[in-house]
Amino acid sequence: MGTGSAGVVVLVILGLIVLVLMVNSWRSMQTFGLGFLANPLWDPNTNQFGALAFIYGTLVTSALALLLGVPISIGIAIFLVELAPASVRTPLTYVVELLAAIPSVVYGLWGIFVLVPVMANYVDPALQGALGFLPIFQGFIYGYGLLTGGVILAIMIIPTVASLSRDALLAVPQSQREAALSLGATRWESTRMAVLSYARSGIFGAIILGLGRAFGETIAVTMVIGNANEIPLSLFGPAQTLSSLIATQILEGLQGSLQLSAIIELALVLLLVTLVINIFARIMVWRVFGERTEAMG
Amino acid sequence: MTGFDRDARRHFKNVAMMGLTVACIAVALIPLGSILYSVAVQGASVINGSFFTDVQPAPCSPSPLAACSQGGVANAIVGTLLLLALSCLIAIPLGILTGIYLAEYGRGPMVGGVRFLADVMTGFPSIIMGMFIYSSLLIVSPGRVFSLLAGGLALAVLMLPFVARTTEEALRLVPNSLREAALALGLPRFRVTGRVVLSSAREGVITGAILAMSRAGGETAPLIMTAFGNPFMATRLDQPVQAMSLLIYRFAASPYANWNALAWGTALILVIMMLGLSIAVRVLLRRRFRERRIGA
Repeated sequence: MGTGSAGVVVLVILGLIVLVLMVNSWRSMQTFGLGFLANPLWDPNTNQFGALAFIYGTLVTSALALLLGVPISIGIAIFLVELAPASVRTPLTYVVELLAAIPSVVYGLWGIFVLVPVMANYVDPALQGALGFLPIFQGFIYGYGLLTGGVILAIMIIPTVASLSRDALLAVPQSQREAALSLGATRWESTRMAVLSYARSGIFGAIILGLGRAFGETIAVTMVIGNANEIPLSLFGPAQTLSSLIATQILEGLQGSLQLSAIIELALVLLLVTLVINIFARIMVWRVFGERTEAMG
Repeated sequence: MTGFDRDARRHFKNVAMMGLTVACIAVALIPLGSILYSVAVQGASVINGSFFTDVQPAPCSPSPLAACSQGGVANAIVGTLLLLALSCLIAIPLGILTGIYLAEYGRGPMVGGVRFLADVMTGFPSIIMGMFIYSSLLIVSPGRVFSLLAGGLALAVLMLPFVARTTEEALRLVPNSLREAALALGLPRFRVTGRVVLSSAREGVITGAILAMSRAGGETAPLIMTAFGNPFMATRLDQPVQAMSLLIYRFAASPYANWNALAWGTALILVIMMLGLSIAVRVLLRRRFRERRIGA
């Protein structure tokens, strides 16, 4: 049957993605070897290319996104499952999921004209005033930079993490709550001891999927991170992530050049990192919900 | 006495923590409200007749904005519609076939593997799909890399795993007795799948396709190195083509006032399109659940 070969399409595409990226980044891999991952320099003039600055940018913005986004997401999930009456729960769930329906380029547009001025005029100076003794809060404030990228990512991962955490809380048997409440626990104590600990691995899977989303998100971050190909000491400094560098430079590398080959190698690095994160997260999520978890993530 | 203190503290902590969860909702709603508000207000002020009929204007930034020719974004709207149509044409049949394979025909560890990889693929950064098509074309046709076809292919690869998995889920909801009845009447297997199973899962399959469209329609990153963008109206498969998302990306970062304004207007149209698609999914899903509940 033809459908047998249709099933193979997914495997073929996945294999082709890896193969084609490897073929086109072969020159860069030959030239730089594994040192590519440890070199912080990206200089088209001297043909020196390394991925470290962008790996750093990706890790820092994603860490900021988790730090800001995860507590809020879990709070939303707790409110929706443990506290909200049914009449509030359904519309509020839709509203939170609306955040996922807004295209990422619109986040970027809003980022440039609304978020960046707010960060530059209020948030960043306040942070510098309070915590300026730390090196990560020193230096010139542009508005565009790692912190702004992290904030916009945090907003963007909220619907993913919140809706999967909500599923994890909904999967906790009602008897867990009843047992805790019958022992005299308050609503919060029951949530913390009987519900959250029970749903722990599901929430962990949700966080990892959120991390995968943060790693791969491109356009919104590209528009607000400042696009400087270096490792800034400060969180206020402009930087690049793996995907934002690809987006801003892919049209600058001439065909056949070492620069283009190095950019395609960055895509390969991004692919492998997100592959590992996603496989890990899927295994976590599958263990909790079984195979029925929707592809809607 | 101390017992009372402890109870009061526990009660206070309860109220404080639960209040905090309400605050979390509020914090998430602030950016949502701010985005929708700014897009609606800034966007609505730009949209008029020429917005939908003219192609994008030359950059212009004098002090009275009225002196610039306003222009429109017709080339981007047409480009986005063409890109979406092309990617649907490729991804929906292929995705449905893959979904049928997963739900109806597949046996053994192979199915589990395909399903798992399809799930993993839905989590890939979209820019990877663009780089995949771009790199493939560097090998196959280095002379012509940027085109409507390339953009459509990139979006199709992005949509494929979504369509496949949602089709599979929809087919699994079809009761087995229906398949058995059709087989007992002597219908061949492919007829059973096509005429009976697929048509009774029709709504679920359509929902999946719309969901995939809502994913692909707002994408920018995979189009940068495939569709490329085009300041003129382009409708041919082998020409670079503009997209609404690409236009917003480039116009938002530009220093020209008229381009910034058009970016907001385009964002309003794009947001309305994407929200429309996701509301359509909601309505379809709810109808499906209600039917199932009545049937049960």
